[in-house]
Amino acid sequence: MASLDEPIRRPLTLDVSGLPSVAFGHRNTTWLANVFYMAIEGMMFALLFATYFYLRTRSTDWPPGHLPPALNYGMANAVVFLLSIIPAWLVRKRAPELDRRAVRNGLLLLALFALVTTILRVFEFSALNCRWTDDAYSSTTWVLIGMHSGHLVTELIETVVLLFISFTPKMEGTRFADAAINSDYWYFVVVTGLIVDLLIYGTTRFL
Amino acid sequence: MNATRNLASHLLAQAQALDPGHHHMLHPAAPQAGHIEWLYWFTFWILFAVFVLMIAAVTRAGAKNRVVASSPFPITEKDEEGDRRAGWAVGAAIGITVITLFIILVLSVITGKRVEGLTSKNPVTIQITGHQWWWEVTYPNPQADQTVTTANEIHVPVGTPVVVLTNSKDVIHSFWAPNITGKRDLLPGYSSAFWFQIDQPGMYHGQCAEFCGLQHAHMGFSIIAESVDDFQVWKQQQLKAAADPSSSEAIRGREVFLTHACLMCHTIRGTDAGSRLGPDLTHVASRNMIAAETLPNTAGALAGWVIDPQRIKPGTQMSPNPLAPDDLQAVVAYLQSLH
Amino acid sequence: MARAEPIFANDQDTGQSELAQRLARTWRQPKGLWGWLCNTHHTDIGVRFMVTAFVFLVLGGILAAMIRLQLIRPENSLMGPDLYNQVFTMHGSTMIFLFAVPMMFQGFGVYIVPLMCGARNIAFPRLNAFSYYLYVGGALVLWGGFLTNTGPDVGWFAYVPLSGPAYSPGHRADIWSQMITFTEVSALGVAICIATTILRHRAPGMTLNRMPIMLWEKLVISIAVIFAMPAVMVASGLLLLDRLVGTHFFNPAEGGDVLLYQHLFWFFGHPEVYIIFLPGAAIISTLVECFSRRRIVGYTPIVVSVVATGFLGFSVWVHHMFATGLPQLSESFFTAASLMIVIPTGTQFFCWVATIWYGHLQLRLPMLWCFGFFFVFLIGGLSGVMLASVPIDLQVHDTYFVVAHFHYVLIGGALFPMFAGIYFWFPKMTGRMANATLGKWHFWLFFIGFNITFFTLHFLGLRGMPRRVYTYGPDMHWQALNVVASSGVVFMTAGLLVFLANVFRSVRVGEIAGNNPWGDAGLEWSMSSPPRPYNFLHVPTVSGRDPLWEDPPNQPVVVGLRDDIREILVTHSLDADPQHKDEDPGPSIWPFLSAVTVSAAFVGSIFTPWAVPIGAPFVIVTLIGWLWPRGQSPTPRPTGESWLH
Repeated sequence: MASLDEPIRRPLTLDVSGLPSVAFGHRNTTWLANVFYMAIEGMMFALLFATYFYLRTRSTDWPPGHLPPALNYGMANAVVFLLSIIPAWLVRKRAPELDRRAVRNGLLLLALFALVTTILRVFEFSALNCRWTDDAYSSTTWVLIGMHSGHLVTELIETVVLLFISFTPKMEGTRFADAAINSDYWYFVVVTGLIVDLLIYGTTRFL
Repeated sequence: MNATRNLASHLLAQAQALDPGHHHMLHPAAPQAGHIEWLYWFTFWILFAVFVLMIAAVTRAGAKNRVVASSPFPITEKDEEGDRRAGWAVGAAIGITVITLFIILVLSVITGKRVEGLTSKNPVTIQITGHQWWWEVTYPNPQADQTVTTANEIHVPVGTPVVVLTNSKDVIHSFWAPNITGKRDLLPGYSSAFWFQIDQPGMYHGQCAEFCGLQHAHMGFSIIAESVDDFQVWKQQQLKAAADPSSSEAIRGREVFLTHACLMCHTIRGTDAGSRLGPDLTHVASRNMIAAETLPNTAGALAGWVIDPQRIKPGTQMSPNPLAPDDLQAVVAYLQSLH
Repeated sequence: MARAEPIFANDQDTGQSELAQRLARTWRQPKGLWGWLCNTHHTDIGVRFMVTAFVFLVLGGILAAMIRLQLIRPENSLMGPDLYNQVFTMHGSTMIFLFAVPMMFQGFGVYIVPLMCGARNIAFPRLNAFSYYLYVGGALVLWGGFLTNTGPDVGWFAYVPLSGPAYSPGHRADIWSQMITFTEVSALGVAICIATTILRHRAPGMTLNRMPIMLWEKLVISIAVIFAMPAVMVASGLLLLDRLVGTHFFNPAEGGDVLLYQHLFWFFGHPEVYIIFLPGAAIISTLVECFSRRRIVGYTPIVVSVVATGFLGFSVWVHHMFATGLPQLSESFFTAASLMIVIPTGTQFFCWVATIWYGHLQLRLPMLWCFGFFFVFLIGGLSGVMLASVPIDLQVHDTYFVVAHFHYVLIGGALFPMFAGIYFWFPKMTGRMANATLGKWHFWLFFIGFNITFFTLHFLGLRGMPRRVYTYGPDMHWQALNVVASSGVVFMTAGLLVFLANVFRSVRVGEIAGNNPWGDAGLEWSMSSPPRPYNFLHVPTVSGRDPLWEDPPNQPVVVGLRDDIREILVTHSLDADPQHKDEDPGPSIWPFLSAVTVSAAFVGSIFTPWAVPIGAPFVIVTLIGWLWPRGQSPTPRPTGESWLH
């Protein structure tokens, strides 16, 4: 029993040895880092969206002197994006259950979807009906889609790497949590992609 | 008559240039700057009082319970009474701050309205277009032959509202004459308008106030406020085409001007020189200074400028002109004939 | 869980006990050059940020001295316009991007935040190291450019169209843009680390309501960084695109807009100055409490003020654009917002004064610097109130009046608190006290020199002297005031030299400090000076806002974390309840290698857009190396490991 007079103090203890060593969902710190990352990138997108509308106010017609971007590839891609939510959701659901097989299959499907959207995106670029050097509208359209493509490709690579890891014995604990967080990021890619589509394909026809 | 006017104007320019008040925002020469000066002093004294009070409070706070010890002094135990009084004091200070800021806000908005409030159905309209590194000054008129085009020196009649329309041919500049009114940026792609009125004759200096490149420091202008009659005389003179040179040297100078690089950039109305890249020189001799208020308008300065402008304003758009001494003298004589 | 050896409090850690030695082995950082490049401990990285930032303070100061020498005489020929334009651009860019943020936010934050939280290391330690290397990369790019006559010359804010392809040929403005990219990614990385540390790695018992004010401030600033930096990245990124690949964002002839750049830039630019100032204010809060020998008056109002300032900082940016001819109504709104932001700052001021008033002031060296802050920042804040008024601003905007204002608030609001903080935490970082006499000489020399130089500049602005002019005519009557302003440089330089002498001397022969030489309350004073590789012998818990003043002598410490691996405790964001355990990744070369590949791609893209597709694979390889799970299983699992959902 420690007394206040003793020169050496012996504190009481708080024993944490029983605590788990892996966390899923919002308790995971990598999840929090991902949220911050989405805030940063989301802010960049928001500013690009604001730039788009600002430049719209500086122009009488829109698009100025161009045809709007062709709908075919863009709409196809939007559909693929929406469908891709399914494998992402699958991974997210199965990961905490440590279902190695389901997570592996989900990642494989997700990677395939990401690949398809990337390929479609390449065609989208050629169907924009403008070149980035034409004018400010074209520059903004290309940068919106270009910036999103950067995220798309990053996400594709990340999913492929996780897929690879899921075939190795390293697939355990934290790696499952990482796979689930990857799905969160994929949702972000889908949402921002759909907003970009709305701006590029929608506002050029309705605004 | 012209020569006498020019001499008087030159003397006036020199006299006023020596007076340091002539680019001081707190020596207003127009009601716009006057309103701002009033607001400045009002705000200054309020804030000065705040400063004195805060410093006094900090000093008293530091002095009253100070201890001098080389090792950490024991912690003050909970002081509920002190905490409560501190709370009231902080609350009161915040309250006074809010009220003070509100007063300043209201006065600022009111002053802003007074400064912007000038309007007229019959103003003198001036278009100012910024260039690197000079001011294109136009008095637009629906009739082309009634449009005055000059550079760097602006004349206005006293007692008359003036509206300035802004633009820029290249980068962002800012038009600022501290004695007259606040500054306005000249933005490419935008045109905005601001008003002022000068009630006393005089010459007022201004300078570009937005960093615009290598010679931002040497992009000055002047505003000359004169009687309505004097202004009309000046304006009529500016509308005329260039006077035909009379002396043989000046005639030769015109020949040199029109056969060298000069006409690539400058306009002299009544001759073949019609380029708008550089300042209009049709009446260059009527101006007090050259090179955007950098040099006096004298033969020597003109010669130095024409031969090598890069030595005086490195980076300026005007290239050196290696003329033979006779040619140079002739060109200067011609330019000095362009009243 | 019973242990054979007794549990000692952290301030009794001599490094000799078996536990201490085991922890030292587990948490050690490797030595040598390779070890230096692999280091991921926050105290080491924090010192690197601070020392590197200080180097750039000195370099930026030399540039300022060159400016003052050029302006000492009309039509002076010490520097022509081309060099002068580079020098003032470099001065501003160096001070803001290479000194102020890396010192006030990154340096102090990375070093102190984990210690105040009671953590063994910062969260995401490799990201932290990566951020440091990127910062150095950006600094090398900027100064490499300057020293090869490719230094940016368009002002630290690089307005278009002057900085655009038509009026700034060559790579000068590109170098500026990419420096921005480097330093902003660096700041964002550190923001993620600090925010996560504060939210998830606080000592059990440290509820939000018990956090030191400095942790509140670092949390707010991290969020501000996260939302502000993207704006400057967009501004500089679009500028780079206009310059390098022919887009037209800022080209009015093709539907672009020059004001768009200003909006994007200042949406970042104004929060940026609060990102620089609020860390200073937090240092003041910490020191005022310590040297008044009582808990701070108005903890809650101060916290609310810090949060409010962080928010309101995003609502005032247009006050940098009052001269552009915007509609009067919107300008009035921004006047109101700019005046409103005075209220939370004023609140902090009043609370500090009240704390000193109702305490017992012990005027030690760091506190002297706090008083310097009070004087200097107050003047800067008051001139700021004048600038908030549109009519006044339209006269003094872009003149030396503004230069005077922002030097008063930045030097007052950051530099004075920085020196206060350096002297305050010097004993913790080095184990020795800085010399108080030399410190006082430093203070007075600097304080006097600063006021001589910058107070004079107010008058030059009123007399019509614009900013960014490489010279002026003799008939402007500005010379006398310029001479006075330039003379202050001598005193400031002398003060800085005294400071450097003090640091070099005290590090070697200063008085030994002990754990808590100032008798302060924070957790960082409960462990050894300098910190051991594992920081705390036992992860602490707290039960009060001022732990070392209020907590009982037998305040519990955490046990049950493994000491053979780098196990750390993760706690709840709000009430700091222990949640789960995690593992610190330890030293790694991948942050450095990744910084190299990323830097190469950034620099290459200045010269050709192909650098992006060519550089990307290398970046991907290094990032995969970073994120690849390690050789052996990261956490040897005890039987029956459990998951937290």
